[in-house]
Amino acid sequence: MSEKVEITLTVNGQKRSALAEPRMLLADFLRHELGLRGTHIGCEHGVCGACTILLDGRTARSCLHFAIAVDGAVIDTVEGMASADNLHPIQEAFHQNHALQCGYCTSGFLLTTLEFLRRNPDPDEAEIRRALTNNLCRCTGYTNIVKAVAAAAAAMRAAG
Amino acid sequence: MKPAPFAFCAPRDLAGVLDALAEHGEDGRILAGGQSLVPLMNLRLVRPEMLISINRCDDLDYLRLNDGHLVCGARVRQATAEESDLVQRECPLLAKALPYVGGQANRNRGTVCGSLAHGDPLAELAAVALALDGEMYIAAKGGGRSVPAANFFLDGLATAVGAGEMLEAVAFQRQGANERSAFLEMGNRKHGFAVAAVAVRLGMDGGHCDFARIAMLGASEAAQRIGEAEDILTASNVDETTIEAAVAAARAAVQPPSDLHADAEFRRHVLGALLGRALRQAMTGEAQ
Repeated sequence: MSEKVEITLTVNGQKRSALAEPRMLLADFLRHELGLRGTHIGCEHGVCGACTILLDGRTARSCLHFAIAVDGAVIDTVEGMASADNLHPIQEAFHQNHALQCGYCTSGFLLTTLEFLRRNPDPDEAEIRRALTNNLCRCTGYTNIVKAVAAAAAAMRAAG
Repeated sequence: MKPAPFAFCAPRDLAGVLDALAEHGEDGRILAGGQSLVPLMNLRLVRPEMLISINRCDDLDYLRLNDGHLVCGARVRQATAEESDLVQRECPLLAKALPYVGGQANRNRGTVCGSLAHGDPLAELAAVALALDGEMYIAAKGGGRSVPAANFFLDGLATAVGAGEMLEAVAFQRQGANERSAFLEMGNRKHGFAVAAVAVRLGMDGGHCDFARIAMLGASEAAQRIGEAEDILTASNVDETTIEAAVAAARAAVQPPSDLHADAEFRRHVLGALLGRALRQAMTGEAQ
C-alpha cells in the first residue's frame, strides 16, 4: 500500500519526475527528491507558512499536500524567483530592509508576497499586515518585513 | 511529524469516488483541499487506510443557481467562491464570511464542502450554512440524501456524513434583495482562529423583520442557531430595544465551552457583543 509511484511536476518551469510513496508530502518531495531545499519545513501542520510555494500560480502550504495528489501540477519555489544576475525585486527589498535574520521563514514570506503583490500592487500597511498574518517569523519580527513588502511594491510599480 | 502510510486513489468523476467509498467503507477518507485533514494526518490523529482524492473530479467543480438556492459542488475552492460574482450577488453572507476562513494559502486549496464536512465547531462556513438554511447533499453509491444544515452538525468534528458517504454539494438559500446580513468574528489574534463568531440575516419588509437567522460559533460544541434571539427579532422593527433584548436572550441561551483560548463567560460576553454589532451593522448601510 505504500508502493512508490512516479510523480511529475513542472517546477520553476522545468518538468521534473521522481518516485514517491503516497504519504510523501510535497514539501519533502521538493526538498529530498528534487533537491530544492529553499522550501523550508517548520510546523508541518499548516500554521507557520515556512513551506509556502505557488501551486498552479497560487500560494499553498507544501506541508499540507501529498506529492501524489498534485501530480501534474505547476509549482514555483523560491529557487525560481531570482534571475541569473539579479535577485527578484521582492528578494532585493527584503535584503535592503533587513527583513530576514536566520532566514528560515523567508522563502515562505517571499512566495506569499509574490502572490499578494500580483493581486494588490499598491497595498497600504494594514493590507500588508493582513496578507502576512499566516506566516510566522520568530527572530527579525515583522516591522522590517512589512517595510520590505511596501518597498518591493513600490519598486515593482516603478519597473512597470 | 509525517503521516502514517496509506493507499491513494484519484477517481476522475463522482461515480468513481462513490465506488471507492463503497469499497473501502470506514477505511476510506475523502481528500479535497486537505487543509483540515492533512494536519490531522501529519499529527497522526487520523490514519485513513485509503485516501480518495476528489481533486480530479471536474464534475464536482460548479457554482450554479437552482431555483431558490446557490449550489456549490464539492471541489469548489474557498478562494473561488470568495472571488465569485455569483456568490457576492446571491449569497452576500457567504462572501462576507469567506475572508475569515484560514489564510489566503488555505483558501486557495481548501473547499467549501470540505470545511463543512470536517465539522470543526469554529468553522465559519458552518454558521453560514445554518443562517442560509443550507441543504447538504450527501452522496453514496446506490443513492444520496439531503440533510438540512440544522441537522448536519452533530458535535465537534462530527457531522451527518457516515461511512461510505461524502458531502457532494451544499445548497445555500439565495438572499433576497431586501435582506440584510453581517458576519463578525473575534479571535485572540486579529486574523487568527475564531474564539466566537456570529452570522446574522434579517429579511426586512420596510422597517419590519419578516424572518431572522442568527447562527453562532463558540456558543456550544457545534455551530448552532439561536432561536431565542431570532424570535425576538422576528416581526420587530429591529430597533435598539429589540437588539438589546436579542443580545440578552442570546447570552442566556448559549452554553459556550471553556478551553485554552477562552472561558465560557468570556465567550458568552463576546457572543452578545458580536451579535449587537452585527445587527447594527446589518441594519445600517446598504441592503444585503
